[in-house]
Amino acid sequence: MGSRTVVVGASVGGTKTVQALRSQGYAGELLVVEAEPHLPYDKPPLSKGYLTGTLGRDRLNLVSDAEIKDLAVGVKLGVRAKSLDVAANELALEDGERIAFDNLIVASGVRARPSPWQAKDGVHLLRTLDDAEMLKKNLQNSRSVVVVGGGFIGAEVAAAARHFGLDVSIVDPLEVPIGRVLGDPVGKLFTRLHHLNDVATHFGNGVEAITGTKGNLTVELTDGKLLSCDLVVVGIGAVPNTEWLASSGLLIENGLVCDEYCRADGQANIFGVGDVARWYHPRQRELVRVEHWTNAVEQAACVAHNITNPKDLTRYAPVPYVWSDQYDWKIQIAGETARASDYVVVEDPSNENRFAAVYADHSGLFCGVATVNWPRAMIQCRRLLDSENAISIPLNLLNDLLPGRPG
Amino acid sequence: MPVIKADLDLCQGYANCVMEAPKFFDISDDGVVVVLQEEFAEENRAKVEAAVRSCPVSALRIEE
Ligand SMILES: Cc1cc2nc3c(=O)[nH]c(=O)nc-3n(C[C@H](O)[C@H](O)[C@H](O)COP(=O)(O)OP(=O)(O)OC[C@H]3O[C@@H](n4cnc5c(N)ncnc54)[C@H](O)[C@@H]3O)c2cc1C
Ligand code: SF4
Repeated sequence: MGSRTVVVGASVGGTKTVQALRSQGYAGELLVVEAEPHLPYDKPPLSKGYLTGTLGRDRLNLVSDAEIKDLAVGVKLGVRAKSLDVAANELALEDGERIAFDNLIVASGVRARPSPWQAKDGVHLLRTLDDAEMLKKNLQNSRSVVVVGGGFIGAEVAAAARHFGLDVSIVDPLEVPIGRVLGDPVGKLFTRLHHLNDVATHFGNGVEAITGTKGNLTVELTDGKLLSCDLVVVGIGAVPNTEWLASSGLLIENGLVCDEYCRADGQANIFGVGDVARWYHPRQRELVRVEHWTNAVEQAACVAHNITNPKDLTRYAPVPYVWSDQYDWKIQIAGETARASDYVVVEDPSNENRFAAVYADHSGLFCGVATVNWPRAMIQCRRLLDSENAISIPLNLLNDLLPGRPG
Repeated sequence: MPVIKADLDLCQGYANCVMEAPKFFDISDDGVVVVLQEEFAEENRAKVEAAVRSCPVSALRIEE
């Protein structure tokens, strides 16, 4: 094929694109540029098993050395892409090197939103392996932690801190943080889960300031309350890594704007993959950017297809899917629960730690589902989400799964 | 023929494999993967590889 594809970012999105390209028969040259010094590693365990120590470092690797050889991919670690010349099809690296490409994959992801509150030390973010190493070490030597941000990563960090026996408080300006995704009634079940695990919640309350130093920090809340702790973890979202594209002329608006084929706006050979890509979703009919593992993998497969089959392009219309592990809950969410106007909760009478919430949109159509400790229910419902179904269809399937029912 | 191997201890029931290749994978009542067809023909390789790649805990692999 005599072509060269260059990938910026070697995390989930970049790595899976390389694998998918080879799997789909791409025979050209492949080169990956990654700012971090580490070989590709996985991120979800960083707030779960890896943070608590139940999962070893070796389980984080996304590819083995042998696989990298098999993939025949060049890997440049510890060097950042600096700028992109679209007209010349050339990428410039921080170390001065210039790399010509036929196709470019933008998989530079996001970084943790920096903490607007600065103390001398002891305030942590969690995005990278190095972040996780540092946090893990400090959690083991602390008695108490305040987690700022009640989203998934914040909740997982709280659970990990309880695992180490710390006193844990969570702060979030929203009354029901998970309500943003699952609606307030279901979101409140997640708040209760914190309480059942002896975590204090300060919801509906923002942070005013953080002062002091590691081991002796004070978090001042907007209502004036003071929380003292050894450690603070700030998990308040993420920002796309697009600075290196600023001078390229590509459209950057909360991520790299792409069309329904995941091509950067107006370009045939520049593609966005993963957390950084904000593409036009043909079913949702709007630009979306999704910070979920499975999205990075599915988008990688779609882009690999579109590079290897330029005459048979596939539109990228995934059903969103994310999981989270909090305490003894294994949570899975699929579809667009956030835009639902109604929901039904189905409980399993034989297991009080198991339920499903099924969501319908304004016209009564099934649009999303959340399950706790119930993988079989999730897959039954998730399969239905790429077509139009009345909400009764998933509800009947779930009823059939309950004990004493056939199936 | 190449064969699909699943590590049932690693599997967390995320079912991404089922979404990718429902002919080859399903989820049991206990929430773990069931390999419906261990062997697969070359023409299905890309599909099975995509399913293997989609597993968040690397519980699947292909044995040649
Ligand atoms: C702690 C944590 C827990 C998570 N848990 C879950 C979960 O349970 N379920 C779920 O679905 N998702 C989860 N996620 C989200 C999931 O990990 C991401 O969706 C996924 O990592 C996205 O991959 P990506 O490759 O698009 O981006 P990223 O993982 O952000 O990777 C981008 C890469 O690009 C590199 N890069 C950036 N700029 C440059 C540059 N200029 N030059 C070269 N390289 C550059 C970065 O160093 C990085 O390695 C979690 C994320 C975190 C941080
Ligand atoms: S994707 Fe992996 S974890 Fe999920 S069901 Fe399949 S094998 Fe199990």
